[in-house]
Amino acid sequence: MPEGLYGALAEFKSPEDLLAAARKVREAGYRDLDAFTPFPVDGLDRILRLPRPTIAFVGLAGAVAGAGIALIMQFYVNYDYPLNVGGRPIYAISAFAVVTFELTILFSALAMLVGMLWQNGLPRLNYPVFDTDRFHRASKDRFFLCVSADDAKFEAGETLAFLAGIGALSVELVPG
Amino acid sequence: MSDRSDILPTRQSMGRIADQLTDIPLHFPVERRWLIAMMFASGLLLLLMVSVVELFTRGVGIWGINIPVNWAFAIHNYVWWLGIGHAGTLISALLLLTGSEWRNSLNRFAETMTLFAVVCAGIYPILHLGRPWYVYWMFPYPATMGVWPQFRSPLEWDIWAVLTYLTVSLAFWYTGLIPDLAAARDRATRRGWQIFFGVTALGWRGSARHWLRWSQAYRLTAGLAVPLVVSVHSEVSLLFAAGQIPGWHSTIFPPYFVLGAAFSGFAVVSIIAVALRSWFGLENLVTNDHLDMLGKVLLATGLMTGYGYVFEVFDALYSGETHEIQTLVDRLAGAYAWTYWGAVLFNFIPLQALWWRVVRRSGWMLLLVSVSVVIGMWLERYMILVTSLYRDFLVSSWSHFTPSFWDWSTYFGTIGLFLVPFLIAIRLVPMISIFESKELLHEEKQEKQHA
Repeated sequence: MPEGLYGALAEFKSPEDLLAAARKVREAGYRDLDAFTPFPVDGLDRILRLPRPTIAFVGLAGAVAGAGIALIMQFYVNYDYPLNVGGRPIYAISAFAVVTFELTILFSALAMLVGMLWQNGLPRLNYPVFDTDRFHRASKDRFFLCVSADDAKFEAGETLAFLAGIGALSVELVPG
Repeated sequence: MSDRSDILPTRQSMGRIADQLTDIPLHFPVERRWLIAMMFASGLLLLLMVSVVELFTRGVGIWGINIPVNWAFAIHNYVWWLGIGHAGTLISALLLLTGSEWRNSLNRFAETMTLFAVVCAGIYPILHLGRPWYVYWMFPYPATMGVWPQFRSPLEWDIWAVLTYLTVSLAFWYTGLIPDLAAARDRATRRGWQIFFGVTALGWRGSARHWLRWSQAYRLTAGLAVPLVVSVHSEVSLLFAAGQIPGWHSTIFPPYFVLGAAFSGFAVVSIIAVALRSWFGLENLVTNDHLDMLGKVLLATGLMTGYGYVFEVFDALYSGETHEIQTLVDRLAGAYAWTYWGAVLFNFIPLQALWWRVVRRSGWMLLLVSVSVVIGMWLERYMILVTSLYRDFLVSSWSHFTPSFWDWSTYFGTIGLFLVPFLIAIRLVPMISIFESKELLHEEKQEKQHA
């Protein structure tokens, strides 16, 4: 990795331009890529070969934990303080259903949302790409492709020229 | 779906939408009107504070409640507010999953409405406790008294359902907001706004990896939120149906309550949609087509609620139970018949105007129908509560309920509790989802190109 460099950033006008460029960059042999877009762009993950997200498993773990905690809690408090209400069962699973359901949802949803932030490494208020001049439009109407300086094929001047040659509106180096 | 006409006008650019929506908090356009609305709302909030201080000082006796009508405005308005909140979740979660793109212009303020409506609902059971400072007794903590909360009681289910609903709604709202906070951060020029949006956006940069995880988390949470809404309002109806009071003890209650909730909630969403779009000139994003869809949903949920009315009558007659039938007669012709017929009138008569396309597409007329529905649903909750309670099993315990000044002041005060944070939210965050609007606009333009 070249000292003090994060990568090369190329700006595109539309999601279609970005997808076409991403395909060309892959074909040219670059592997360590990321894109920055104002909204999720369909198909980008297949072209960039991004790993499939695992949030669903995090959610499942949360759901199991929530259901378990709810059931254990309700069984335990009725065991610890049994109250006979007209001979009705102490361990009334049907009566426990509501709180169990609520806690299943609560733990699952919170696990997914916190897990999403955690896996994304957020909150992280600063990041190298923010230091470039045009990046503020990534949240507005421009689509950016970034070749990391860690990429085996990365060579500052060459990579910039290549990105400029595949239809980028602007290219620039990102200081690391 | 491709033969459908575009819901967003395609003659606008993504950049224009981003500027228009981030400008609302950054360069607030209607400062004067907002201040006037805020003063009005703060007045109501002040009324609530006075009422609560009075309540905590003198006790629930200041309300009109008595035995047998020991549940009145507190639970009535609790159900009403919570029901209003449910439409926000249904719009943002259910319509996300069904791919109904028209939700994208409505979901943000509908979710915001949900949050504050749930807060208004949530304070009522606490106010009604009698000794509200012991509210923590509802939680299972190892008390020195050695007792635990009773998990076989619907009253205990309630606190778990409402707190879960509030927490999940808040988390879902914030997750959907993060990319828009980042958009506002990148447009902000003043230091204060840069810090506010910079911190709240958590450093979101729109990375493809992040979007992938974000989308999965957002959609799955939406999938959980839909059954959550149904469960929360079903649970609320079980507060009634699990008891033996005639007029409540019925299996129709959970669906009847959930549909009524969606009905009143969509009415409030319509009111807010019409108001916001005329305030901020958002006709290019909240189009007449959106109002048309809202009108249709309002009509559909209204007719389903009407079905609940029919079935409630059938249920009572079919049971053949004397007390059930007596309660039915009390509802139709008793001392509170005006609440029953008022509910029928306000809920279902103006609603029929929505069969006409021209009414659905006119902001003012949709607004009037929606206000009527909100009043009608309020009367319906009143009717369900009071007509069942004022004449129960023993003639010797029959009585009447008349709301006192403090009943009304608390109720109007909660409208302030809703409006104040809602107005603050309008002032601080983009009230229409920026990135979802852009995504939809892009899809529409693509379809047009291919056509």
